[in-house]
Amino acid sequence: MTNQSKEGAFYQRDRGWHPPAYTPPYKTSVTRSPTKALISVDSTLSEIAGPVFNQNMLGELDNDMIMNFAQPGEMAIGQRIIVYGKVMDENGKPVPNTLVEVWQANAGGRYRHKKEGYLAPLDPNFGGCGRCITDEDGNYRFRTIKPGAYPWPNGVNDWRPAHIHFSIFGSGFGQRLITQMYFEGDPLIWKCPIVGAIPSKEAVECLIAPLDMNNTIPMDSRAYKFDIVLRGRRQTLFENRMEGL
Amino acid sequence: MQELKHLKETPSQTAGPYVHIGCVPNFCDIEGVYPNDLGDSMVNDKTKGERITVTGTVYDGTGTPLKDAMVEIWQADAEGLYPGKDPRDQADPNFTGWGRKAGDYDTGEWVFETIKPGAVPFKDGRMMAPHITFWVVARGINIGLQTRMFFPDEAGANAQDPLLTRIEHQNRVSTLIAEKTGDGAYRFDIRLQGEGETIFFDV
Ligand SMILES: [Fe+2]
Repeated sequence: MTNQSKEGAFYQRDRGWHPPAYTPPYKTSVTRSPTKALISVDSTLSEIAGPVFNQNMLGELDNDMIMNFAQPGEMAIGQRIIVYGKVMDENGKPVPNTLVEVWQANAGGRYRHKKEGYLAPLDPNFGGCGRCITDEDGNYRFRTIKPGAYPWPNGVNDWRPAHIHFSIFGSGFGQRLITQMYFEGDPLIWKCPIVGAIPSKEAVECLIAPLDMNNTIPMDSRAYKFDIVLRGRRQTLFENRMEGL
Repeated sequence: MQELKHLKETPSQTAGPYVHIGCVPNFCDIEGVYPNDLGDSMVNDKTKGERITVTGTVYDGTGTPLKDAMVEIWQADAEGLYPGKDPRDQADPNFTGWGRKAGDYDTGEWVFETIKPGAVPFKDGRMMAPHITFWVVARGINIGLQTRMFFPDEAGANAQDPLLTRIEHQNRVSTLIAEKTGDGAYRFDIRLQGEGETIFFDV
């Protein structure tokens, strides 16, 4: 019997902690939010299991956004930063070997995307995507440039705070999560309708990465720490059966 | 009183309109960073099982297709085993079980080429009808939406399915049954809101 067979259903998601589907100040949510109640079901094997990604699928520069799109001898322009953290579950248990994908705008707040029309210029040496797989202790780390804030069509003068998008898998498909990381001290965080979709200040604070001077590389890059918590699991898959029977 | 030491889950935020950059960069012309887009291909020549395609579009509450949605699917192999780490047995090594597609920029449509999954047991040992788990994210969706697609040619299994049978509004169950459009071809449209709103799960 493998370890996984002892891992059970996920804890119920705290839907009052996450942003609800319908948040009118974020206008696009108005017609994209289900109106009927979600059907609640205890996790089945379809959620308890999840896709597995191997370290050997990664390229050498996958977690280095300063270099992974740069021409030979060139680098992305911007404030050099390291973003690191630990992926764990609600029990505080590290989530090893899980895929973390990130994407972001360049230092001027411009995305490399055909539907993006902001006048800030593209950086020819910055693509905007990175990925890594957590180590045995759930740790991940990548290098990038600090993204710029950018305006977006919601209100006539809405600006996104500087942010990095994160996609995380976890060990079961029921843990699948997409979120955004913000930077300590950014005044735009508290004016953003997308951030404002999150009900409590306490929950928003979970998305704000502090500057960590102890992990900077002197004369090179500053560091920001962003820990990620995925749903926790109950103890055993075979809850209906008494232990030892 | 003692404190419970549980942590809170990291709050979700929308995937936004540029989810492609991080998840399917080659699809959005960011080439040379990753050799291919993850989840683009689920099967190879040796994959066991009946080949099928699942095509669909995600619609908003006005009936407009979402052109910036990303859809992921997760399913068992032809024997009903999950690739990766199913506790019961080793699944087909030639099947990934997981696929990811962005909707077409002009129409919003996506197509998965996969195999028909086998049945997977529910926790009490009853069998669940063959199904594919869907997870949908997009601009305007604050937290990923999860649903399941079932097969129209499995009416018997669907009628006994532990999830489908517990749904109070049985007149909505049809939103989870794909339409057969040809030999091995299925259509599964997802409606976020309004008439025919797809059933979503908190699971
Ligand atoms: Fe963004």
